[in-house]
Amino acid sequence: MTRITRDEVLHVARLARLELSDDEVAKFQEQLSDILEAVSKVSELDLSDVPPTAHPLAIENAWAADVPRPCLPLDDVFANAPDRDDDHFRTPPA
Amino acid sequence: MSGIDTLRLTAEEAKRLLDAKEISGAELFAAYAGRDDDLNAYLLRCDDPGGEGIPIAIKDVIGTKGIRTTAGSKILESYVPVYDATVIANAKRHGLRILGKTNTDEFAMGSSTENSAFGPSRNPWDPSRVPGGSGGGSAAAVSGGLAPWALGSDTGGSIKQPAALCGHVGLRPTYGTVSRYGVVAFASSLDQVGPVAKNVRDCAWLYSIISGRDENDSTTVDVPPVELPTAEDLKGVRIGVPKEMNHVAGVEPGVTEQVDRAIALAESLGAEIGECSLPLSVDYGMPCYYLVAPAEASSNLARYDGVRYGLRVDGADFREMAMRTRDAGFGDEPKRRIMIGTYALSSGYYDAYYATAQKVRTVIKREHDAVFEKFDLIVSPTSPSVAFEFGAKTADPVAMYLSDVFTIPSCLAGLPGLNVPVGLSEGLPVGLQLIGPQFSENALFRVGHALERAIGFDVVPERLR
Repeated sequence: MTRITRDEVLHVARLARLELSDDEVAKFQEQLSDILEAVSKVSELDLSDVPPTAHPLAIENAWAADVPRPCLPLDDVFANAPDRDDDHFRTPPA
Repeated sequence: MSGIDTLRLTAEEAKRLLDAKEISGAELFAAYAGRDDDLNAYLLRCDDPGGEGIPIAIKDVIGTKGIRTTAGSKILESYVPVYDATVIANAKRHGLRILGKTNTDEFAMGSSTENSAFGPSRNPWDPSRVPGGSGGGSAAAVSGGLAPWALGSDTGGSIKQPAALCGHVGLRPTYGTVSRYGVVAFASSLDQVGPVAKNVRDCAWLYSIISGRDENDSTTVDVPPVELPTAEDLKGVRIGVPKEMNHVAGVEPGVTEQVDRAIALAESLGAEIGECSLPLSVDYGMPCYYLVAPAEASSNLARYDGVRYGLRVDGADFREMAMRTRDAGFGDEPKRRIMIGTYALSSGYYDAYYATAQKVRTVIKREHDAVFEKFDLIVSPTSPSVAFEFGAKTADPVAMYLSDVFTIPSCLAGLPGLNVPVGLSEGLPVGLQLIGPQFSENALFRVGHALERAIGFDVVPERLR
């Protein structure tokens, strides 16, 4: 059984930069445990000689010509920014 | 009015009427735009940009320059892309005109549109039921006479399953044949844009418009020329019936009955039918998918931090701002998947979950490869059930995830899949899923077209005839 603890939920939420309410923490503790229990089935198989698949096509490398191309104008780049300061995104202090 | 039957008109027939000048481009657009959207198919409807091209609906995860693109999420509620996705640029180059942006489960995560931040869409056959998801908006639009065809996106079944539940044709293309540039990312090794249409020929035509190598998406490849299907027989086609996906517990009897009828019909058209087996793909597909997809989602959705675009909720410092923004902007399902994905990728759990899931993905791919040594394609129900009622699965995420149990394995293997409506069960559409090897779209179109002609399924919902 892979039941996860309240502390684990809070730890993962912090890693994921999610501020969860107390209700959400309780709900997710329950639901994530159910989901993890279902997905843990992957560990049943013997996979010792099986390579991983990260990508379904047999492409090795995709090269693009090393030629400069125009990028978006700055006004476009900032068009959806919540807070712009000249040519910077402004955020609260880190 | 011009007497345009938006419920029935195919894109191909619309093109003929336009070319013959029997209708004008403006009349055609107005026929769709003037129809009341009582299905909540659209999140936004557009004005006619002019021209004589065929109108199209676009799932709201696909970026459209100057047209709000929300991905069904509050966090992107006011986001207006400054460039077109490649598929949109391709569509515009063919003159297609955008009717509007269609509803979706938030970030395309769901099987019913009940996860949309803007309310669910309704099934045109029975508005008390879901249209499927995540592309339920595009599905409702096409089956509800609000668009001749549409673009969807499919990560684990989001084109095929709604097409099954709403009774039309939908293709999830081979991974890499359609550009993802400008599409809101959910799980990048799985996401594919694809066509949603009233019949197989329209589906193939739209696929030919949107597919092709794109220098802005390094996972795209050259695509074999698309052939619009004409053949009405299936001579020489070898069709496999995986025993784990047909006649199994959990599939509604009415669904099995219609799928069996379609398989028998394929045989009468000349196809060779044989049983095959995918013993691990079905059992391990869902668990594998619900590790790989959330892991990739947790990474892709990290970009919504209140800095460059989207919602911002203020906080005393950067971390507080980001955490508050994400709590306020994401709904339950993205949060759940971000949490699962972050957990599966976190220190100490990576090998047990994510790395193991990627190996299972290889097992699933190999199992399909072996089946395709003997068969040209395989068939199954697309969805184990017909359209379900609102709320039927919202309380239990795992039950909802099982809606996609038959569509998921082939997605993990990067294979194309086509849904073709084959009949009704309890008055609701049943879809047949056709899966082929990578780049076998033309074979899927051929078989889908021949079956569609032989079955004569009426795509217009009974209550709207």
